[in-house]
Amino acid sequence: MFRYLPFILKSSMRSRRRSLLTVASAAISLCLLGTLMAIYHAFYVEDAPPQQALRVITRNRVSPAISVPISYRDRIQQVRGVVDVMPFQYFGGIYKEPRNVFARYAVEPEHLWKVRSDLAVPEDQKRAFQREKRGCVVGRGLVRRYGFQIGDRLTLKGDIFPVNVDLVVVGIYDNPSAADVLYFRLDYLIDLVPERRRNKVFAFELLADSADAVPRICRDVDELFRNSTAATKTEAERAFELGFVSLLGNVKGFLVSISLALTFTLLLVTANTTAISVRERVREVGVLKVLGFTTPAILGIIVSESAFLTLLGGILGCSFAWLLISLIRKLPAVIVPLAGLRLDPVVGMLLILIGVLVGMASALVPAWGAARTPILRALRFTD
Amino acid sequence: MAVPFSYNLRNLRERKTNTIMTALGLALTVAVLLSVLALVEGLRATFRASGDPAHILVLRKGAATELISNLDRSTYNDLKFKAGIARDDSGMPEASLELVTIVNLESPEHPEGMNVNLRGLGPMGLRMRSGVTVERGRWFRQGYREIVVGRSVAARYPQVGLGGKVHFGRGDWQVVGVMSAGQSATNSEIFCDLNQLAADWNREELLSSVLIRSTDPLTKSALIHDLNDDQRLNVDAVEETEYYERQTTSSAPVRFVGMFVALIMSVGSSFAAMNTMYAAVSRRSGEIGTLRVLGFSRSAILVSFLAESLALAVMGGLIGCILVLPLNNVTSGIGSFTTFSETTFQFRVTPAIMGVGILFALLMGALGGILPAGNAARRQILEALRAI
Repeated sequence: MFRYLPFILKSSMRSRRRSLLTVASAAISLCLLGTLMAIYHAFYVEDAPPQQALRVITRNRVSPAISVPISYRDRIQQVRGVVDVMPFQYFGGIYKEPRNVFARYAVEPEHLWKVRSDLAVPEDQKRAFQREKRGCVVGRGLVRRYGFQIGDRLTLKGDIFPVNVDLVVVGIYDNPSAADVLYFRLDYLIDLVPERRRNKVFAFELLADSADAVPRICRDVDELFRNSTAATKTEAERAFELGFVSLLGNVKGFLVSISLALTFTLLLVTANTTAISVRERVREVGVLKVLGFTTPAILGIIVSESAFLTLLGGILGCSFAWLLISLIRKLPAVIVPLAGLRLDPVVGMLLILIGVLVGMASALVPAWGAARTPILRALRFTD
Repeated sequence: MAVPFSYNLRNLRERKTNTIMTALGLALTVAVLLSVLALVEGLRATFRASGDPAHILVLRKGAATELISNLDRSTYNDLKFKAGIARDDSGMPEASLELVTIVNLESPEHPEGMNVNLRGLGPMGLRMRSGVTVERGRWFRQGYREIVVGRSVAARYPQVGLGGKVHFGRGDWQVVGVMSAGQSATNSEIFCDLNQLAADWNREELLSSVLIRSTDPLTKSALIHDLNDDQRLNVDAVEETEYYERQTTSSAPVRFVGMFVALIMSVGSSFAAMNTMYAAVSRRSGEIGTLRVLGFSRSAILVSFLAESLALAVMGGLIGCILVLPLNNVTSGIGSFTTFSETTFQFRVTPAIMGVGILFALLMGALGGILPAGNAARRQILEALRAI
């Protein structure tokens, strides 16, 4: 087949406009398909990064909107395999306007550095957070968006908590996968809220000593509180994040069905192109056969032309998908698992492979018909 | 101007496979767009049907939803007798104090569990909701650990069917009834006795909201202003219909992504349609020359080939509508990031949506067909004839 390569290449470019349109159409379908595959991969296939794999969240079993008693902390600390426990409160609230969306958590400074060792913060800023009760630490992403600097004051208007929180920026952290979070001090918040809300907290973040221990830790912690008024649900941090994704609806079903629609569209487009091109060349096929090309050879040539076009479309689509994905990553990421979205090389290869396979499969039927036409009928053919 | 429409339309029939394949490609793009629109419309229908125009919902000031609103029992007692609140036959104000929280239930679709709204209310609350009736079983009794589930909840969460038992809070609750509320979001909720729920959740004093019926539409806005301006009460009053209207934003992410995908797919489909039409034009070069010799003008050729492309598009649009029809009335759920719970709705494929689908297809056909039609119109007669 390879000695026919120049012929195949020249032939695919026979009608430049048609080939261009086909490649463009294929590129668009494959770009979308690639993006959807990358999202599916990030949500459901990929393992959590090694540091996240050690983190576990304990929250109220009924719903994340209901709190757990702070007193649970001591018993959780006793569970074998738990290195550190940090209670934290999701604050919500509004910074200046409702559309400035980013996560705000009230935490305990000493434990934050232990449990979230992936937050890179200079030592002096860590100490400042420990000293300054109204201090807060912001991510590099927030610095980019709002221009925060050390020493800036900011106020969060409470909605879940009916209090306003005045903060001073004392630290900036760097963390590529979660750069848009603001951490302030739990003890400051507790002082502000009414008496009856002081002993409750949104959830606990646990640090496990190894990733393997995580499933057992989850079971053990939940077992401790199974019969209490606030039963807990303990899960790996990744599973916790995905729980919010599932709120959007049947995301898996959505991704799969759109991917199928795209693949089918691609199939139709390439089949159409091959059918058109084959129809134009019936006489030419007759001539080729007279020259001695066998039926399988002609079949192979036509199918390869289609494969070549979809290969081009695949490479182009892959690049567009990569661009689209980098754009998505920059969105104010409310949905956390998307922050680390990227086009895995394996996913990219798979995408191009799917494109080529679809191109080949769709060309089979028209190519088969053309290759099998008897020579005389082919030569006499008029359209 | 004479335009050879029948010539072009007949040609579509001649090239059956080509026509079908291109139309199918267009149909898929239309189907994607229509499913997104059907989802949004279904959700909107649910929220539109929820909420009585005469009702006012009172939340703690600053709370956007009932779930995060912590309203004092004393606040309820203070506002109960305000002017403008309707009275029932026995003279009691139609103001229902309610506690809204959520429970986590497992379902086949969500084995890890999904949140469902749980509402504790008293007899007044039930009476005020005239559109809600018990389909099977009966209402819960005051003081008992009994719950009544909405129709959609019973359908999607098998373990809370009639007669089932669920454990939450401090113990077990018995499912004694299934309620139905037209299209409203109440179908996605569970009702139970206010005081039982408050005791279980340790919220005897801090409840969620008050539902009020106003005496008439004229006094309604006056009452809302009165409640909002009252410094002592510190509440936000809003029309119940407007409260539900606000919650349609939960579909915003899906709508955005769906339309984005449909838009991009439409570009791809336009290219495919363009391909088909260019091929048709070049293959029928001789025929075009003949038509010109017969006296058809350039613009007539342009129009007729454009019409062929549009006819192709209409076919694609119709097939797309047919593909989406099975989705109609399919029940699904969507969660809200603000309330953390799921609202069930049904996909609604309305004639208006199908109209939009056809228009969308026509647009794709027009964009894909204009250049090839121009190409056909511009051909020189002699060159065209010689191409035979």
